[in-house]
Amino acid sequence: MPKDHGIGASPKRREDVRFLTGAGNYTDDINVNGQAYVHFLRSDVAHAKINGIDTSAAEAMPGVVRIFTGADFEGVGGMPCGWGVTDRHGEPMQEPPHPILAQGKVRHVGDPIAAVIADTYEQARDAAEAIEVDLDDLPAVVDMKAALADGATKVHDDLTSNLCYDWVLGETDDAAVQAAFDSAAHVTTLELVNQRLVANPMEPRVAVGDYNRGTDEHTLYTTSQNPHVIRLLMCAFVLGLPEHKVRVVAPDVGGGFGTKIFHYAEEAFVTFAAKAINRPVKWTASRSEAFMSDAQGRDHVTRIELALDASNNFTALRTNTLANMGAYLSTFSSSVPTWLHGTLMAGNYKTPTIQVNVKAVFTNTVPVDAYRGAGRPEATFQIERVIDKAARELGVDPVALRRQNFITEFPYDTPVALTYDTGDYHGTMDKLEAAADFAGFAARRAASEAKGKLRGLGVNCYIEACGIAPSNIVGMLGARAGLYDAATVRVNATGSISVMVGAHSHGQGHETAFPQVVADMIGIDESMIEIVHGDTSKIPFGMGTYGSRSLAVCGSAMVKATEKVIAKAKKIAAHLLEASDADIELKDGVFSVAGTDKSVAWGDVTLTAYVPHNFPLEEVEPGLEETAFYDPANFTFPAGAYACEVEVDPETGKVTIERFAAADDFGNIINPMIVDGQVHGGIGQGIGQALLENCVYDADGQLMTGSYMDYAMPRADDVPFYTVDHSSQTPCTHNPLGVKGCGEAGAIGSPPAVVNAVIDALQSGGKNVDHIDMPVSPSRVWSAMNA
Amino acid sequence: MTQVSMTVNGKSASGTVEGRTLLSQFLRDQLGLTGTHVGCDTSQCGACVVHVNGEAVKACTMLALEADGAEVGTIEGQANADGSLNVIQQAFQDHHGLQCGFCTPGMVMSAAALLKDNPTPTEAEIRDYLEGNICRCTGYHNIVKAIMAASGQDVSGIAAE
Repeated sequence: MPKDHGIGASPKRREDVRFLTGAGNYTDDINVNGQAYVHFLRSDVAHAKINGIDTSAAEAMPGVVRIFTGADFEGVGGMPCGWGVTDRHGEPMQEPPHPILAQGKVRHVGDPIAAVIADTYEQARDAAEAIEVDLDDLPAVVDMKAALADGATKVHDDLTSNLCYDWVLGETDDAAVQAAFDSAAHVTTLELVNQRLVANPMEPRVAVGDYNRGTDEHTLYTTSQNPHVIRLLMCAFVLGLPEHKVRVVAPDVGGGFGTKIFHYAEEAFVTFAAKAINRPVKWTASRSEAFMSDAQGRDHVTRIELALDASNNFTALRTNTLANMGAYLSTFSSSVPTWLHGTLMAGNYKTPTIQVNVKAVFTNTVPVDAYRGAGRPEATFQIERVIDKAARELGVDPVALRRQNFITEFPYDTPVALTYDTGDYHGTMDKLEAAADFAGFAARRAASEAKGKLRGLGVNCYIEACGIAPSNIVGMLGARAGLYDAATVRVNATGSISVMVGAHSHGQGHETAFPQVVADMIGIDESMIEIVHGDTSKIPFGMGTYGSRSLAVCGSAMVKATEKVIAKAKKIAAHLLEASDADIELKDGVFSVAGTDKSVAWGDVTLTAYVPHNFPLEEVEPGLEETAFYDPANFTFPAGAYACEVEVDPETGKVTIERFAAADDFGNIINPMIVDGQVHGGIGQGIGQALLENCVYDADGQLMTGSYMDYAMPRADDVPFYTVDHSSQTPCTHNPLGVKGCGEAGAIGSPPAVVNAVIDALQSGGKNVDHIDMPVSPSRVWSAMNA
Repeated sequence: MTQVSMTVNGKSASGTVEGRTLLSQFLRDQLGLTGTHVGCDTSQCGACVVHVNGEAVKACTMLALEADGAEVGTIEGQANADGSLNVIQQAFQDHHGLQCGFCTPGMVMSAAALLKDNPTPTEAEIRDYLEGNICRCTGYHNIVKAIMAASGQDVSGIAAE
């Protein structure tokens, strides 16, 4: 029987009622009395010198309050990058300034030139059209290889080139790597593109700045996954404000997927401007604006080589990647192609020699940063595509080739800096074989062929490093922040509990899942526990939600704080029961003295804590509230195996996903319903990348996919029902819940399965096609088939 | 500026709008009905779907003036009279058909319009009907399942529970 409460149960989500009745409180639903509205005039060219900006006509337009340009921000800090990468020669990465409003040049379509504040949005937009900007167009740097060529136009004139860094991980001795390849029995090489994507949470970004002259206090309401991080970055690096005078609130947030991690110029702008004009300022992005101002994702061009010995054991792996940074370094941009990508290049396999080289490149495009999976989908796609190609070249079963090379003993130190603590890749693959019904594939292929369709089965594995992250390790790797998290467990006098957490829920259901843990630990009903998040004035300093970290890191802090609460409550109970606290047991919300029938209820102890008429004041203080900070000892390593079956129409090249199965090892599971939902959503995004989505710039740096008319989002009829199995569970060995994280797995694991399936289908039809870049659109498939 | 009047969730509502004011803006900014969400500016995402005279309409694609005199239904008017979730809303909660909740009002309003015309739609019919509603969180699995369940169909055989 499934559990009906506590850890392992799937209670209905408590946040759903407000969302289903229109009673959610998203940032755009917040209006501050007297607010003005800002519209950003954004560059419509990719690269140009700003000769002058004439705002005089616009300032005379109805309702205009004030117009800001880059000149108003001379001496104000720029948007900071949170991760410094050291290149292969020991030099720091090139780190250009990123002003709030453009200064001197515009560097991508969407770069903000001026900000118009008016009484209404319409007035601000109308006035922006009256601003005269004198621009001298410059050649746009779009293609990464061209950007690195000698004499290329520079995105940032003060840098030595468009190269941000040239970075190596793993075996740094090129000759040693080459020797491994020279002695190989077989080498498989693949060149591929992991195309640029736009995260596209359904809620566009919004920022509302408010300032109270009487108290000198700022409030920023913003669509953020990590309000404390925003406050820290904005206060310490951009505006120079004391943190105790700044409150950042991220209320209900309509999806993030990474793109709402970063500190954006618009957040700093409304905070700055609200004080400057002494009036609240609101900004709501249109979707078109989101396409040119939200940090984008992926955009890697890679050559990968896999060496195998005569027995088909992997002996060496070498990758060379160009990673697009866009025009500026977004908050965590530099870490994505390096520490979130290079470190995963061992995959699930024992490959003794690995060399990963990444060159990060500036171009005149929107900045690129973390998007669901962030580096790990790029790593997985390379590994799992090259293995599939190798299997085909060698004429061996692709699943057998994977199994032969699986890591089977843990802990396992990879050649690329990680220590996998636990896993069972054979066991997870066994689950997949059942869930995906490999045995029935031949019959399904025959049925498809009878209809004139080609059918393919694609399989792949993945591993990810989650629970981001151990602060000492990431500090050595260049992170400019710790990556612990925090929770405060406040027990109220009558026994109910408020848990203030650093994690932020924007779809993950923390308000439902986190109480399941605390309820289990104390033995009380989940309804007595509420989760408070998203407001720096209420929660302890925590790092927010991304990298599948909430439960593994913040949840662990919550467990530690709850343990402290229980320890103190036992002391109070011991006093009430006239026993030693070592003899006190807590079960089902009742404290009892071991071996006796003496007991006292949870609520009596909590009331005693706050009404201490009979209290051991010499031993413990009144009150029952504890805070814990938790810094993980290691990353967590969710892993899994995915299978996709496609049909390809040989006449049109149209690919249809017929079946999709996922077997994941997330360690222990708190709420299976929510975990299933996270995997479903990740798969949906992965299928979107594999078949549909592509963020395209033309040679002049014009964004060709600037709306949902051009950027193909997956729709309900593009995807099937998914089969999800997470019964393969090897608990994480180093956090108290044994959890690994599940938020990104689907997006990491699914793209190679789809592409492998398409190649399998084409090969079954006698087409000699060994790779198609994503998105595997009908035109690309048709062209490959007919090449 | 022009006076506009309509019936919203059974109550009369009026205001003064510009010619360019969208129905979505009128509902959100003037009536405070912020459950109708705006997720795009090209009439693609469907987060703003409301009912106008019984038909599903993207409120970002209709001028407020065009709705003068109309019967408008929004997500705020969908719950049962006693405040409990209606059948569709309840099915979305029961089957985890929402995550961040931003597309949800539009999904529920579209689902209601579908089920009015087609009380027991097939999976394919639901997926086809939702062409104009984008969700980024759920991969659509549990949305489709919830709508099938709301129509009284047995969804216990659908994968992944």
